[in-house]
Amino acid sequence: MIYKETGQYKSSYKSDHAIFPLLQDKIAFSTLMFIAFLIIPFVINSYWEKAILVPFLIFSLAAIGLNILTGYCGQVSLGTGGFMAVGAFSTYKIMTYFPDMNIMIIILISGLITAAVGIIFGLPSLRIKGFYLAVATLASQFFLVWLFNKVPWFYNYSDTGQITVSERTMFGIPVTGAEAPSYATYLFCLVLVVVLSFAAKNLIRSKMGRSWMAIRDMDIAAEIIGVPPLKTKLSAFAISSFYIGVAGALYFAVFLGAIEVTESFDIMTISFPVLFMIIIGGLGSMLGSFLGAAFVVTLPIGLKFLMVDMVGLSAVTAKHFEITIWGLLMIVFLIVEPHGLARLWSIAKEKLRRWPFPY
Amino acid sequence: MRIKQLLIGMIASVIAVSSYVEMAIADLKFPMLVYRTGAYAPNGIPNADGFVDYYKMINARDGGIGGEKIFHPECETGYKTQVGVECYEKNKKDAMVFQPMSTGITYQLIPKATADGVTIYSTGYGRTSAANGKVFKWVFNAPVTYWDGASIAVRHILKNNFGNIKGKKIALVYHNSAYGKEPIRTLETLSKKHGFKLMLLPVDHPGQEQKATWLKIRKARPDNVLMWGWGVMNQVAIKSAASIKFPMDKFIGIWWSGSENDVLPAGQGAHGYKSLTFNAPGTDYQVHKDIKKYVHDKGEASGDGSHFGTVLYNRGLFQAMVQVEAATVAQKIHGTSKITPAMYRDGFENVNLTAKRLEELGFKDFAPPFQISCENHGGSGLAAVQQWDAKAKKWNMITEYMYGDSDVVQKLIAEDSSKYAAEQKIAERCN
Repeated sequence: MIYKETGQYKSSYKSDHAIFPLLQDKIAFSTLMFIAFLIIPFVINSYWEKAILVPFLIFSLAAIGLNILTGYCGQVSLGTGGFMAVGAFSTYKIMTYFPDMNIMIIILISGLITAAVGIIFGLPSLRIKGFYLAVATLASQFFLVWLFNKVPWFYNYSDTGQITVSERTMFGIPVTGAEAPSYATYLFCLVLVVVLSFAAKNLIRSKMGRSWMAIRDMDIAAEIIGVPPLKTKLSAFAISSFYIGVAGALYFAVFLGAIEVTESFDIMTISFPVLFMIIIGGLGSMLGSFLGAAFVVTLPIGLKFLMVDMVGLSAVTAKHFEITIWGLLMIVFLIVEPHGLARLWSIAKEKLRRWPFPY
Repeated sequence: MRIKQLLIGMIASVIAVSSYVEMAIADLKFPMLVYRTGAYAPNGIPNADGFVDYYKMINARDGGIGGEKIFHPECETGYKTQVGVECYEKNKKDAMVFQPMSTGITYQLIPKATADGVTIYSTGYGRTSAANGKVFKWVFNAPVTYWDGASIAVRHILKNNFGNIKGKKIALVYHNSAYGKEPIRTLETLSKKHGFKLMLLPVDHPGQEQKATWLKIRKARPDNVLMWGWGVMNQVAIKSAASIKFPMDKFIGIWWSGSENDVLPAGQGAHGYKSLTFNAPGTDYQVHKDIKKYVHDKGEASGDGSHFGTVLYNRGLFQAMVQVEAATVAQKIHGTSKITPAMYRDGFENVNLTAKRLEELGFKDFAPPFQISCENHGGSGLAAVQQWDAKAKKWNMITEYMYGDSDVVQKLIAEDSSKYAAEQKIAERCN
């Protein structure tokens, strides 16, 4: 009864094509944006910033990137960590070469560099598919991480191979480095995430997005009806890598501040978790990217809070439980709802439409 | 019924949380970043047990530090940087000191802790140039640094070769991370100075895969092998060395590669393996008797209590002792038992562990005396060589505590810290 579209007439193509066609969705989204932009910045503290919100935003971006490639274009990728490393190291190199450049521009350029690298590593996708492609992208993961650890030029010949961010400001407020206030780093990430998400959503609804989905659903049929596989697949790789590169740049510059490539961009810390995010969230769904990122980022923290701070278990027992619960949840999700959290949400919406009547 | 139960549960948890917060305010907070899970757990567990047992002993024997109980919440990091950051953010309020037990997390926390005003104590690990207190106000890495360690190992090799190692080949097997890369610069400088050839052999995280590394060693036949390893990497390296019949007394590990866990899996093959150390093994010290009496005999031992007296357990005791001593000194300086994190740092900078003070604390002959000052956060720079006796299953100290090559090390520290100071725009203190 609350969530119904009755009486909402669309009298133009424009209103029919809106991202949120329903009034209720519009209200909900505006409220969310209002809270995100005008309330959270005033109440945020460094724990919420560093442990929950900033990682959530960054991983959402990475999940959107991977979702474009895997969820929309059907190309399975395990190279997320490697591409994020490209974003991070591009940011570092540009930062040190051009100390006066604005950080926002640096991060976007890093995204473009990652897109270029993504195209190169996307080339095999024209010949190999499915699991074989997953293995090829896995190679890119190991190669890129190895490269950034092996060639000292990338880390400016520092003794330890660590790269460290220096302070950069937006409108006079530091957004990178240890002195950056919590609201500044949060807002910086939020603006990038909101703008890039809208861009992604519209890309997916455009001709390009439809050709991605055509390739995903059946590449031979798509080719016959005139979708060029070369252009489509490589554009998916490029755009996906752009998003992942921006996420990597933020991960290094805004979130961690100091990074060691083998540890921070390891397959187990980045590539698999991001893949889990889109599987749990929902393949081929924008909302799913956010839900999945929120789930993967907050679940360990939530479980830890529940078990250690509430129940009073020791930290190590809680960790063992956490690992077990994590594994169980993965299996349960794959069995019960293989389409992910986004699907659960759409079921809930269907139910809400008819509520309180069963039919 | 259900709702009632839920309500009761909620109220109980709210009470639990509020009491948790109260406890945190009343006591001196020493948060612990531990890893009892993951690839580094074999080394993380004994070390964490040492810490907890010492804190418990102080609370039981002395009623805390100057009457203030020690509150030591544990946070499991699994040796992961991102989790370490979360743990830090969660516990940093009113925290006296963080002991990250990971070079990666230490690098991560140095700028953050400096901005927040929290002390970081990385005992013989972390960023070596943090020994320069002029630049690193909040970071301490006494009593000895990796660069000291590298030069002490070379000194030991020199001594065994009658002072001449020209043309000899020394291989460094290292964890391919910031931690393992730390000694490379020093060793390169030393190789020029003494004329030995340096061979670098990285081992990737977590360190289980070392076939290629030891094949290379078998082919190149270096005269000595040094190791900067941690976690499973140590065991695998020592086993591999034993299986290619590399002479064990030519194989020297850093102080993090010389615990019982590392040598036991190799059995008799590990006999003669050497490692550096800055504290003694064993249980013949007063502090062990006190821990036995006040903690273990009451059944309150941390973990299963089986690591009592092992190398890493004892190192945990040593680390905890220095942290507690800093609080005692701070209380003395500021004339109050309720010290703030800033006061605690002042205390740390004035720690002077003389032989007499060590004896008072129950650490007689356990470790060499050292002093921390405004300029010097790196302590004495003393370490000794210990050797594994596989038959007796016991570590034996085979040398005196010795200094590294301070000409080389001090120069490198000054270089690296001034680079950091310029990058981060830090003005030098203590002038």
